Amino acid sequence: MSEKKKYNCPVISQEQIVEGIYSLWIQAKEIAAQAKPGQFVSLYSRDGSRLLPRPISICEIDREKGALRLVYRVAGKGTAEFSRMPKGHPIAVMGPLGNGFPLERAEGKRVFLMGGGIGIPPMLETAKELNAEKMIIAGYRDELFLNQELSDNGTLYVATESGSQGTKGNVLDAIAANELRADVIFACGPTPMLRAIKAYAAENHIECWISMEEKMACGIGACLACVCQSTEVDGHSHVHNKRICKDGPVFLSTEVEL
Amino acid sequence: MINMNVNLAGVELKNPVMTASGTFGSGAEYSEYVDLNKLGAVVTKGVASVPWPGNPTPRIAETYGGMINAVGLQNPGIDVFCQRDIPFLKKYDTKIIVNVCGKTTEDYCKVVERLADEDVDMLEINISCPNVKEGGIAFGQDPKAVEAITRQVKKYAKQPIIMKLSPNVTDITVMAKAAEAGGADVLSLINTLTGMKIDVNRRTFAVANKTGGLSGPAIKPIAVRMVYQVANAVSLPIIGMGGIATAEDALEFILAGATAVSVGTANFHNPCTTVEVVEGIEEYLNKNKIQDIQELIGVVK
Repeated sequence: MSEKKKYNCPVISQEQIVEGIYSLWIQAKEIAAQAKPGQFVSLYSRDGSRLLPRPISICEIDREKGALRLVYRVAGKGTAEFSRMPKGHPIAVMGPLGNGFPLERAEGKRVFLMGGGIGIPPMLETAKELNAEKMIIAGYRDELFLNQELSDNGTLYVATESGSQGTKGNVLDAIAANELRADVIFACGPTPMLRAIKAYAAENHIECWISMEEKMACGIGACLACVCQSTEVDGHSHVHNKRICKDGPVFLSTEVEL
Repeated sequence: MINMNVNLAGVELKNPVMTASGTFGSGAEYSEYVDLNKLGAVVTKGVASVPWPGNPTPRIAETYGGMINAVGLQNPGIDVFCQRDIPFLKKYDTKIIVNVCGKTTEDYCKVVERLADEDVDMLEINISCPNVKEGGIAFGQDPKAVEAITRQVKKYAKQPIIMKLSPNVTDITVMAKAAEAGGADVLSLINTLTGMKIDVNRRTFAVANKTGGLSGPAIKPIAVRMVYQVANAVSLPIIGMGGIATAEDALEFILAGATAVSVGTANFHNPCTTVEVVEGIEEYLNKNKIQDIQELIGVVK
């Protein structure tokens, strides 16, 4: 009872890895000990004008050192504030939150780990912890990031919108170009990408798990801000809504409407 | 030993701090972060006679020192609430206040009647939600309607009735007097202020409902002013809320005339706010050598 809390997590290191995208390691012993791939943490601003948490996916977990790696895009004033926090500065963090990818559904199988843009980071820890035939399909606008670490943990296929590297187009174009097949899909990225992957999985009868996002307030399932539509009446809400923060962010693609 | 107990229409609370409806679910999620035994009361998210799906997303947007929400009273309906949520809260040593919403007078009465034999301490009637098309605020902006619905729910209620007032009116004391005339036992105020935020990048409304309820520290001075006005207009006890994030905030409301206070939006920034407010009030009393919290209620005139 009441053992969870918000932690002050000192910055271990922070660097901009490509324009607007930052890699942040924080000291977070309690969170790292519990965290699973596909979960997220809430980061809080120190500026009283910004009250709500910024949910950020977990990119890497170093349980030995009690550290977490968060790779995030600066999207507004809150994330800009985080990006300016130097080594040693304490960030207010709550987590781990939500449910991660169900690795047991993919063990020993052919798996697509699909990430689009800032949906790529959670695929790194997922790839590190999953024992399977891992095909990592990463979709970028133009500049690559995390590609070295990803290719160390599976076979990496790249798609770029600009066509500067890999397949020109999106992650599904990369699958087609490389004639890839899988038994299970884990995916994270913008809604149009998830919608296309859901349709692809349905056509090809592939079990597909997608990680969704929405603006959040409490982050723990109480406020009902971050709901998505569910195909069936949900067992908790008793309406066609699921809570992304608490019931997700990872859902079976057939459970949710996109 | 200082006294933190307060009395609301015969219900004795161990301290004046409770949760604000809609920000705390039915307590289950927050119980992992907060010892509910330390709270004066838990006020649940609004419950209707049947499940409500709520509004489309996005349902919230951050604003300067606050937020706008248009959740639209999503709730699982009174049956699930009675089977699942009340038994959960009964495990704790805190008072249970159930927030009731409806589209029609009959809806409200149905829920109130259903709760009459449940083991809950008080009912808070939400006639002030700005985010639903029917019911909600429609009952809270006309004094005749406020008095009529208060009188109706009182017919079915076995527990004391709290009428939750809207700040989206010209003169909140008119609504407070109407609720008092209808037989209300307690008043709670303020609900959220109707607001709007526009996303300039997407060139559309930040919440799907276009408008939403503004809450958080940004609205606190308005809330304190309204509590003060109402405290000087009626003789009912008041639960004050609107932007409380610290003990100092809570004390402002108490000094203005509130018997108890609710913490809402601040829970999203710090899930332990309620308990910190309780501890902060105790510290204030100790430091100022005040034996009884009740000595502070409404002393600023």
